[in-house]
Amino acid sequence: MSHNFVPLPDQPPPTASVGAIGWLRRNLFSSIGNTLLTLLSIYVLAVSLPPVINWAFIDADWVGVSRDACTSGGACWVFVSARFETFMYGFFPAEETWRINLIYGSLFLCMAPLFFDKFPYKVQLGAFVIFVFPIFGFILMFGGVFGLTPVETSQWGGMTLTLLLASVGCVAALPLGILLALGRQATNMPAVKSMCVLFIEFWRGVPLITVLFMSSVMLPLFLPEGVSFDKLLRALIGITLFQSAYMAEVVRGGLQAIPKGQYEAADALGLSYWKKMGLIVLPQAMKIVIPGIVNTFIALFKDTTLVIIVGLLEILGMVQNALNDPNWLGYSTEGYVFTAFMFWIFCFSMSRYSQALERKLHTGHKR
Amino acid sequence: MADETSERDIPAKPRRLTDPKFRALVFQILASITVAAFLFFIVRNTLHNMELRGISTGFGFLDRVSGFGILQSLIEYDESSTYGRTFLVGLLNTLLVSALGVFFATLIGFVMGVLRLSSNWLINKLATVYIETFRNIPLLLQIFFWYFAIGFNLPSPRQSITVGESLFLNNRGLYLPAPVFEDGFMATGLAIVGSIIAVIFLARWARKRFEATGQLFHTVYASLAILIGVPTLVYVATGMPMHLDYPTLQGFNFKGGLTVIPELFALTLALSIYTGAFIAETVRSGIQSVSHGQTEAASALGLRPSWTLRLVVIPQAMRVIIPPLTSQYLNLTKNSSLAAAIGYPDLVAVFAGTTLNQTGQAVEVIAITMSVYLVLSLVISVFMNWYNAKMALRER
Repeated sequence: MSHNFVPLPDQPPPTASVGAIGWLRRNLFSSIGNTLLTLLSIYVLAVSLPPVINWAFIDADWVGVSRDACTSGGACWVFVSARFETFMYGFFPAEETWRINLIYGSLFLCMAPLFFDKFPYKVQLGAFVIFVFPIFGFILMFGGVFGLTPVETSQWGGMTLTLLLASVGCVAALPLGILLALGRQATNMPAVKSMCVLFIEFWRGVPLITVLFMSSVMLPLFLPEGVSFDKLLRALIGITLFQSAYMAEVVRGGLQAIPKGQYEAADALGLSYWKKMGLIVLPQAMKIVIPGIVNTFIALFKDTTLVIIVGLLEILGMVQNALNDPNWLGYSTEGYVFTAFMFWIFCFSMSRYSQALERKLHTGHKR
Repeated sequence: MADETSERDIPAKPRRLTDPKFRALVFQILASITVAAFLFFIVRNTLHNMELRGISTGFGFLDRVSGFGILQSLIEYDESSTYGRTFLVGLLNTLLVSALGVFFATLIGFVMGVLRLSSNWLINKLATVYIETFRNIPLLLQIFFWYFAIGFNLPSPRQSITVGESLFLNNRGLYLPAPVFEDGFMATGLAIVGSIIAVIFLARWARKRFEATGQLFHTVYASLAILIGVPTLVYVATGMPMHLDYPTLQGFNFKGGLTVIPELFALTLALSIYTGAFIAETVRSGIQSVSHGQTEAASALGLRPSWTLRLVVIPQAMRVIIPPLTSQYLNLTKNSSLAAAIGYPDLVAVFAGTTLNQTGQAVEVIAITMSVYLVLSLVISVFMNWYNAKMALRER
């Protein structure tokens, strides 16, 4: 009396809990409240999205050279494409823009290997980008040597100036920030510590706009008679001081995250203060604070727009400037949407990168 | 020093240069001298330069007549007022826009932070899009957008966008009905203050009784009844001494009511939307920081879901949320200085801008402006430390 047990084929799961319908039920219509919310947001989207899409894409004008090309009533992207050069390079002479492109290109080539884990000379390359590359960039921007035509800083502008202010501000603030953070941690030197605390808290407590005002109107008063700084350099000094305070706080976070045993081990080995910091503590601390540095860089990158107040025209300034052109009156929305898009791309990708880094570098320092 | 060294078993003559204490002292003296010399250098240059330009130092200019008008002022102000008064007007305008910004940013931030954790996919994504969009666009750009691109393109007063014929939005600003208090409104005001005090005492008493006996008192309903009931009764009893003044279209513009100038409107909007996105992230991370075990333990104890939220999740989440929240408020206050870019008469615009240009007292004006922001941040951080100490875990 033996018969093989042959199970019946599985019944398919109820259609209401798997597949598209199941997903919809779980995620959009799980309860009465959720259903109402879903319907409400669908309604809001249905009302608000089509006009926006119509304006930005379907009714928009893309090709042309002047405002005569904008006839269809939608967005006039011609404004952006006609002014694209100024938005990117400012008033840099058109025949010299290859220099800026060269800087971008070589910076990209130098930075690209840093994103690969396997690349062996990361530290050396990083040091090259931070310490040597700025000199190369400065020579190319400023000209005047090697047969390059000199270009006044007043002609610098657009996205180039935005990137320049943010990166120079960040790179120059880093060493200052590290020193300030070390000073703030120096408990055996109360005078140095309190000076560092004062400095940091002062710059963190005031808005950047007043710092820029200060660097543009007060800095000339601080200098000896006859010495005067370029407008761009004054703004850069203000930004660097401001940024160094934020940088110091980020670095301090890293210093505090290093276990005390590391400090004590370095002392036990008889290392001097600078050797202890330079060889043991800072290499570990800097690794932890890279995401924090990227975050302050993002904040600074957005804040560079404020230099418009002291008359420097970075990308937003260039857009404002173009909007005052009688030939292009009334296209402010297009200009701002384009600028917002540029900033968004940069900031969003950097913040995603810093989040990824944070996950990657999270290698057991948290206690 | 000598006693110490003789007690220890080291050479009679300590090597001064390698003694950490001595080195620290020398280093500090050197650092102090350098800083002092640098400051001296700056002060001397500044005094010399100001003398050359014929600018007198000191704060005497605050008593001089300013001679310029200001678009919006909360206190009485005209061309014949002094620079000191200008400073006050600017300060009050800064505080006004900061307070409005803090209020709306908190509202937007908390709603969006909670929606960001919603199990509803669509709502969740919408909140994420909001946060990621507005966090990553410079604030100044957003202010320009609301002011120049949206504000300038609003309809003229005759074609105003209106809500219920009492609220009007057009390119001249936002017009709201204004409450007008008549004689005898004092009693209602006192009733409001009195009921707030009563509610505070009631809450204390209820908590004490709950802790002593475990008996619950419905504080929320009772407080609402007191807060709404008592003032309404007094208001009706005194003969309703208040009416609303509605804005009406007269000729080409609105008259009456409360006018929010477009600058204030754009600035408040941009500040609240920008800071709201940051607050939403703070709220989200605060709520997520309360581990699931806590809510499970609460339901195991038999707490209702609403109590779980009120007694278990929110108190623990707030502990995480409050410190970054205060620093967001501080950022908002500092960011309100961007008002200068669109001409809203805040402290930076009227004082560090116009007053500085007219008087040339760069050092004094900038110093005053900066110290206002420093004092603000000091006050907020003192409050934050106090709150942190109060809320810190008391481990038993």
